[in-house]
Amino acid sequence: MATPSAGELEKRVEGNKTRDKLFAIVGLIATFIGMLTLAALLFDLASSGLARIKPHFFTSFPSRFPAQAGILSAWVGTTLVMIVTAVSAIPIGVGAGVYLEEYAPKNWFTALIEINIANLAGVPSIVYGLMALGLFVYQFNFGQSILSAGLTLALLILPIVIVATREAIRAIPASMREAAYALGATKWQTTSDHVLPYSMGGILTGVIIGLSRAIGETAPLITIGALTFIAFLPDAPFKAEFPFISFDWLWSPYSVMPIQMFNWVSRPQAEFHLNAAATGLVLMAMTLAMNAVAIYFRYRFRKRIKW
Amino acid sequence: MQTDRVDVGYIAAQRQAKRLAGGANLRKFRERVIEFGMFLCAVFSVAITAGIVWVLVYESWHFFENVSIVEFLTETQWTVLFENPRYGIMPLVTGTLVTSIIALLVALPLGTIIAIYLSEYANNTVREILKPILELLSAVPTVVFGFFALLFVTPLLQRLMPDLPGFNMLSAGIVIGIMIVPYVSSLSEDAMKAVPVNIREGSYAMGATRLQTALRVLMPAAFSGIASAYVLGFSRAVGETMVVAVAAGTQPNLTLNPTEGAATITAYIVQVSLGDLPHGSIAYQSIFAAGLTLMLMTLVFNIGGYLLRKRFREIY
Repeated sequence: MATPSAGELEKRVEGNKTRDKLFAIVGLIATFIGMLTLAALLFDLASSGLARIKPHFFTSFPSRFPAQAGILSAWVGTTLVMIVTAVSAIPIGVGAGVYLEEYAPKNWFTALIEINIANLAGVPSIVYGLMALGLFVYQFNFGQSILSAGLTLALLILPIVIVATREAIRAIPASMREAAYALGATKWQTTSDHVLPYSMGGILTGVIIGLSRAIGETAPLITIGALTFIAFLPDAPFKAEFPFISFDWLWSPYSVMPIQMFNWVSRPQAEFHLNAAATGLVLMAMTLAMNAVAIYFRYRFRKRIKW
Repeated sequence: MQTDRVDVGYIAAQRQAKRLAGGANLRKFRERVIEFGMFLCAVFSVAITAGIVWVLVYESWHFFENVSIVEFLTETQWTVLFENPRYGIMPLVTGTLVTSIIALLVALPLGTIIAIYLSEYANNTVREILKPILELLSAVPTVVFGFFALLFVTPLLQRLMPDLPGFNMLSAGIVIGIMIVPYVSSLSEDAMKAVPVNIREGSYAMGATRLQTALRVLMPAAFSGIASAYVLGFSRAVGETMVVAVAAGTQPNLTLNPTEGAATITAYIVQVSLGDLPHGSIAYQSIFAAGLTLMLMTLVFNIGGYLLRKRFREIY
């Protein structure tokens, strides 16, 4: 290769510098495309859905008449399903995370569990739905119920909770544990009195992110038979007579908000699309709020704790 | 009297020691129980995988007792719900591949550029603001993205292409692409960030610009992580359900033309699930066979990605 002259070199360097500056702009544009989409999406939802958001939208059942239809059964269903999901996913997820970080021996079985959790995070959500259809609905005979739905979503967010728990625990310096051991604390005392409280922020963030994902999940619930049109509410969990609390609602058929939205958006009449937009707006408000809380937690705990 | 007192003290001490030992045993027992409980939680995650594999294989097994695998793989029509059912998975596979490839054509360039920008160009403040906002994209419920694809992106595309039908794979693919950008960009950025500083400094010392460093030094060095990001993006695109079910239509269609509508594997599963199929019928079993195909597709890509990573892994 011939040595380039000084002028050529200078030109080449200039060219490189220009490309470098150009890329800074390209990168900014690429980032803005993502954000622009988010903005367009929100604007689109708001422009068609905002008019529908009135008190009666939250207190009415779905109806054949778009203007009278509401999401009462859907939001009640979502709330109940989320309760089941949280109650089952949080203890199992945190337990598994604590075990893997604090207790697990380094052997092939632990490695298997770790690889398995990483792979579960990549399994399409509809496959969880198929599994739940075969297992929960028919094998265990839970039927097409709130219980099935809550458990399905719990499986779905389990990897998120486990990974978040592990990361939160890993951030705690060994000196914290050693101080507890030095005072004669057992492993569980150390874990429950020191490790868990310190990692609570990270765990909470993971749980909220997981639940916000579960709220928007649609596909797995369709496969396990959530209803798209439901004009009654599940049994109330609290009763006036003894024993005051009832779990009959667990077995009730249900609908959830994303499914209500899917039902409305797949109808040909444009009037129903407005209802879908309004439901989408409510869903977005909920997920964005949950994510904002999660970001706030992450930020606050990162700032406050200095080892 | 003196000796008595000693004895009393001695006995008390002995009792105390015994009680402590008993307490220690009890405590040890409790520790064991708690540890075992948490062990079960961890094992539970393996049980999920086992459950998925078992259900898919078990129901597909029954499906393939009625339908030959040759027909499943070579037949060009998928008309399970018709009077003369045909069971060829090909139309569903092409639908899935076309939407996923469009999604990747959007997500990989965008995601990679964003990753390079955030890791090499943006300063800390900009990154701290942009990254969470970008990640909100992956928090949006997928059914909302479906709404967006059908009622915003498709009409927009129809202005450019007046012949575009209301249900088409193009708009679904584009929207899925945007949706998976944060997965690709976050993981790629992490991978580039993990490249040791001295390698980066070496490149700068040779007079390379940030762009040259990113493209010729960091990307090869972070290849393994970037490849995992791409593979995860593909898995997401293939498994995405609601966007295609809403915007790409539910008609199985053996075509590679993205401007047509076509059902994907996932959209088919949704369509069947919405109806009331009797448990144990062939159509019921067919959604598990479709699900198994989906899993195998992602598995093949994951293994491919793994081999690629192993081949090109850089270890520092």
